[in-house]
Amino acid sequence: MSARLAKGGRLIDRSKAHRFTFNCKWMRGFEGDTLSAALLANDQMLVGRSFKYHRPRGIVASGPEEPNGLVNLGKGDRLEPNQRTTTTELFDGLTAESQNHWPSLENDIGVVNNYAARFLPAGFYYKTFLQPRAAWKHVFEPIVRHSAGLGKAPKDRDADRYEQAYAFCDVLVIGGGVAGLQAALVAGRSGARVMLLEQTGHWGGRAPVDGVEIDGQPADAWVKTTVQALEAMENVTLRKRCMGAGVYDHGYVLADEKVADHTPGDGRPKHRLWRIRAGRIIAATGAIERPLSFAGNDIPGVMLAAAVRDYVVNFAVSPGDRTVVVTNNDDAYRTAIALHQAGLSVPVILDARLTATGALPEQARKLGIRVETNRAIAMVQGGKRVKRVSICAQAGEGAVLEEIACEAVAMSGGWSPVVHLWSHCGGKLIWDEATACFRPDAARPPLNHDGSAMVIAAGAANGALPAADTLADAHRAGEAASKPAGEAPKATAAEEAPMEAVWLMPQGAPVKLRAKAWLDYQNDVKVSDVQLAAREGYESVEHTKRYTTLGMATDQGKLSNINGLAVLADALNEHIPQVGTTTFRPPYTPVTFGALAGEARGEIFQPLRRTPMHDWHDAHGAYWEPVGLWRRPYCYTQGGESHEKSVHREVLNVRNNVGLLDASTLGKIIVKGPDAGRFLDMLYTGVMSTLPIGKCRYGLMCNENGFLSDDGVVARIDEDTWLCHTTSGGADRIHAHMEDWLQCEWWDWQVWTANVTEQYAQVAVVGPNARKLLEKLGGMDVSKETLPFMQWADGMLGGFRARVYRISFSGELSYEIAIPASEGRAFWEACLAAGAEFGVMPYGTEALHVLRAEKGFIMIGDETDGTVIPQDLGLGWAISKKKADYLGKRGQERSFLADPDRWKLVGLETLDGSVIPDGAIAVAEGKNANGQRNTQGRVTSSYHSPTLGKGIAMGLVLRGPDRMGEVLDFPKIGGGSVKARIVDQVFYDKEGAKQNV
Amino acid sequence: MSELITPISALGNARYDGFAAIREIGPTGMITLRCKQDVAALPGALQACMGLGLPEKRRILTEGQRSIGWMGPDELLLILPYAEVAAMIAALTEALKGEHVLVVDVSDARAMFRIEGERATEVLAKLCPVDLSNLAPGELRRTRAAQVAAALWQDEAGFTLVGFRSVAGYLMGLLTHSAMPGSELFPA
Amino acid sequence: MLILECPYCGVKAEETELSPGYEAHLKRYGPGASDDEFESYMFARKNPKGVHFERWRHVYGCGKWFLAARCTATLEVFGTYPAQTSAPPPDLIEAIKAKRPGWEGYK
Repeated sequence: MSARLAKGGRLIDRSKAHRFTFNCKWMRGFEGDTLSAALLANDQMLVGRSFKYHRPRGIVASGPEEPNGLVNLGKGDRLEPNQRTTTTELFDGLTAESQNHWPSLENDIGVVNNYAARFLPAGFYYKTFLQPRAAWKHVFEPIVRHSAGLGKAPKDRDADRYEQAYAFCDVLVIGGGVAGLQAALVAGRSGARVMLLEQTGHWGGRAPVDGVEIDGQPADAWVKTTVQALEAMENVTLRKRCMGAGVYDHGYVLADEKVADHTPGDGRPKHRLWRIRAGRIIAATGAIERPLSFAGNDIPGVMLAAAVRDYVVNFAVSPGDRTVVVTNNDDAYRTAIALHQAGLSVPVILDARLTATGALPEQARKLGIRVETNRAIAMVQGGKRVKRVSICAQAGEGAVLEEIACEAVAMSGGWSPVVHLWSHCGGKLIWDEATACFRPDAARPPLNHDGSAMVIAAGAANGALPAADTLADAHRAGEAASKPAGEAPKATAAEEAPMEAVWLMPQGAPVKLRAKAWLDYQNDVKVSDVQLAAREGYESVEHTKRYTTLGMATDQGKLSNINGLAVLADALNEHIPQVGTTTFRPPYTPVTFGALAGEARGEIFQPLRRTPMHDWHDAHGAYWEPVGLWRRPYCYTQGGESHEKSVHREVLNVRNNVGLLDASTLGKIIVKGPDAGRFLDMLYTGVMSTLPIGKCRYGLMCNENGFLSDDGVVARIDEDTWLCHTTSGGADRIHAHMEDWLQCEWWDWQVWTANVTEQYAQVAVVGPNARKLLEKLGGMDVSKETLPFMQWADGMLGGFRARVYRISFSGELSYEIAIPASEGRAFWEACLAAGAEFGVMPYGTEALHVLRAEKGFIMIGDETDGTVIPQDLGLGWAISKKKADYLGKRGQERSFLADPDRWKLVGLETLDGSVIPDGAIAVAEGKNANGQRNTQGRVTSSYHSPTLGKGIAMGLVLRGPDRMGEVLDFPKIGGGSVKARIVDQVFYDKEGAKQNV
Repeated sequence: MSELITPISALGNARYDGFAAIREIGPTGMITLRCKQDVAALPGALQACMGLGLPEKRRILTEGQRSIGWMGPDELLLILPYAEVAAMIAALTEALKGEHVLVVDVSDARAMFRIEGERATEVLAKLCPVDLSNLAPGELRRTRAAQVAAALWQDEAGFTLVGFRSVAGYLMGLLTHSAMPGSELFPA
Repeated sequence: MLILECPYCGVKAEETELSPGYEAHLKRYGPGASDDEFESYMFARKNPKGVHFERWRHVYGCGKWFLAARCTATLEVFGTYPAQTSAPPPDLIEAIKAKRPGWEGYK
């Protein structure tokens, strides 16, 4: 039984008890516990089921490398799946549920996979389910999907809030163990701006657990004074519970601060994602202990040796009365000694090496602990918890020499530096034969913007594993990131004899044992799986990873990768460095989506752009349509009418009375200067330089490819000033386009531009009664004589500062009036009041579309898609033949664009009066090389015209304008087809009499 | 400007009091002046019309209710009382007659916010990729606030932030979210 | 995420304050140009592993386009300079040659 010890526990506060539930069972723990510690203190050895075989699994580690202790944490709108028990701080009222089992953790039906394990080898999914083909979709996939996945995805909206913050520093130290503290101290004393991050809720890392002394005092005391010294420095920022997740280009680091994970619902943000820009990054991220590969190494109760030490020393938790220690190094003896000092029994230390004569083995022997060399575990026995171990010679093939009863096994295969942050941006590694690990190669660091080293690895993360080396190395790293700082503090700990690499235990284990020797606990990958992959020809470590799923679980192989690639190297008869590692990618541990989204949720998910009349629309039945980031009323519903009915009513009201459109979103760009006319002649296909002052002209803009990009009406304001209207949502793009050409190509031309889109509210007053409405407002002469079609005038209209344009996008008598945005709403309401007697009604974008389609006007984005040139749309009249050059002219001269056999714009009139589906394709005779029907055109706009009482459409049809009267066939999705006749695209008022009154 | 029409700011001077005070202010007069800054007549024209000189790169000069901010190598932002804009445009246009300049009213294109209080910096540190502790006195920084463009500067009482009018609601939402009590970056 | 110093306003802008404009120093070919010239102008882009000259706009800042010389493999930035030039400044060329002795040079 694992249990709480009566005394000790450097991180827990026994005066503060917390109650929590695990699988609905109430348990008790203390302030300072991790959930793992509290579960073990309650003898909860079994915490979950493995992914593939549903094997019982217990806690293995004490830190973020934990593969097994994953739970659904919280409930309802605070449910989070796959939370690691080792990094979850206990709080009162915590609720946790284990994952991947049915009906319960103790009795799980999925465990049948375990007994079928030899039929579920590596690559099982790739080898099975191949035939019959239809079975995948209907049989296999639903079953696989049902059984896939560990945690439950939350269904409710997250109750918490998240945020992000930017930080800047000269030196960012990641890791708050003694190495990180020393590096930060050195950098801090130099005066540099320093930020120090620690992923847990306490400082000091492992040194205090390992009995290290620094400058003659216990590590705990040194940590305390060092943290105080750092806190006293104004130039140093310390953050606990803040995990350095990823290192990116040019010193950019993302760090996830768990602000309120341990205090849910206290009003603080749950997480805060720090976006840090650092001059230099010190990775003091420590090292992770490796498991040993022996049969039954996944049975609950088998733990990493250092984790056992952590639970005993930090949390006063006993893993069981009797713990067998198995190791290939001296460090694990510290665990045996710690257990002994806590009054627990260590029946034997099994050391795979031939000799164990270092200070720590000697100390263990002096304490009366039995030490056996050249020994290995042949097999751990037990089901849901360890019962005994069978012992064999490491040099042999597993013949059992002895069996020893125990409740726990503490294993150590040596240590791997946490090189993730070093490697994220391309820092290279070297293989250290002596300690059998990859460590950072200081000669090949990731580079900063100036070509200098961006990351400096420090302490254990740099492969400096013994405490004395760790501190000295961190001191050096601090100096390298700032300036020389004199003597480093001296750390002392027991000397360690060399370790010896052990990748399989015993070295000659037969397949029966290898098939129970786990590498990746979470994804259920065994030694035998990697060996099988090698036999099947997987030589690349990246391929083997994907084939076996080694290291692909939520722990990203923190425990399994090195062991796995050592097994692969052995199977391929290669050296480990030749096989190499897989790529280290951020984040170091999972970051919740909430933190990544930050503030961008709900109302501020994206910047909605609102016109000055937005609130009025909202209060008057607007049904919104997104246009870029703008929201525009699609239509205004009255009573219970459908949107379709609203649109028809609005269209007819414009044709018969007068309508108001909020056109504020229309782009407005001022272009001014001695060369402005010349510039606009290059930008537009037509000629703008000759436009008389006071007049308006429709213009088209193309990109250099020749394709139509934007259109709008240009007004000549004075001798050297033009105002260019762009499409809604096109203003920023077109303004950038103008600035690009002015700054980068014609920088000697004297032209200024200004995007004044938002300075103005713009209202279109449209319909036969439009003039009457404006005359009622009063103040300006808007008669046909004074303000004819395609002219503009400034004045005071109804008391408003107005610029009135006589332009029309509907074919009706129409004015567009620009007023300062701050007066937009008042002007809108004034128009409604003045127009009441003339039947005024607001209309939305859909009515606008129908009105323009009835007139055959094109819409950028409907009739154009980035492959259409103005000539395709019958807009040749807007292209100057005289100009030597304009943007797109050379592009349009290319043979395929000059080809007469292009799809060109026409009107389409259905024979039965129905509405053709938008985007419908006109089919032609025969089939293409792929066996598909040939096509000869497509519908670009299609509406029911309330004015004409029938469906109208525009489309691009092969040589369309030459084929007037022909009938095309448009198949419909779901069967049947619509027949439509090619006609002129102007369906309404072909002569243009109505807009010119 | 009409006597009858009262211009309104984008949010009607909305406010939020969190761990810092957020206020939408205005309407404020703003003029964009585009002009090469080596135009000889420019400093004199600014002095004569605005009572302020030509600001250095990335600086904003303030005197009473008037400011001139350096927005780019050929762009200045003039800030002044809303009612004085038309006269100022006329005066500047006259003073810079014959020069290649663009003087344009952008008062209504913008929304302006004040962020005040001891922790005002913490609000903006959540939104802008700017090292605010290295922001010089009188420095005007153009950047983004989350997903939209913004310009900001600091005085003794806090920060002024200018953004586009159409996204005033978004900006207010950002500032409110970032100033909520409990989310202080460096709680005491 | 890159940092580039805007040569106009001196801001060390991060990538999110900039918008990319791809290869720098392209010569525009308009009407009268041959098909090959036009094709090279529109479509043929260098894609070197190493020194690259590119366009950036300080879009969330002063709005100016500038040019940068950057190593596409290590992301080292050799320098930034205003866009109103048809070739990189000679001192920048020299600085790059000093850092990348094997570099074949501009163009």
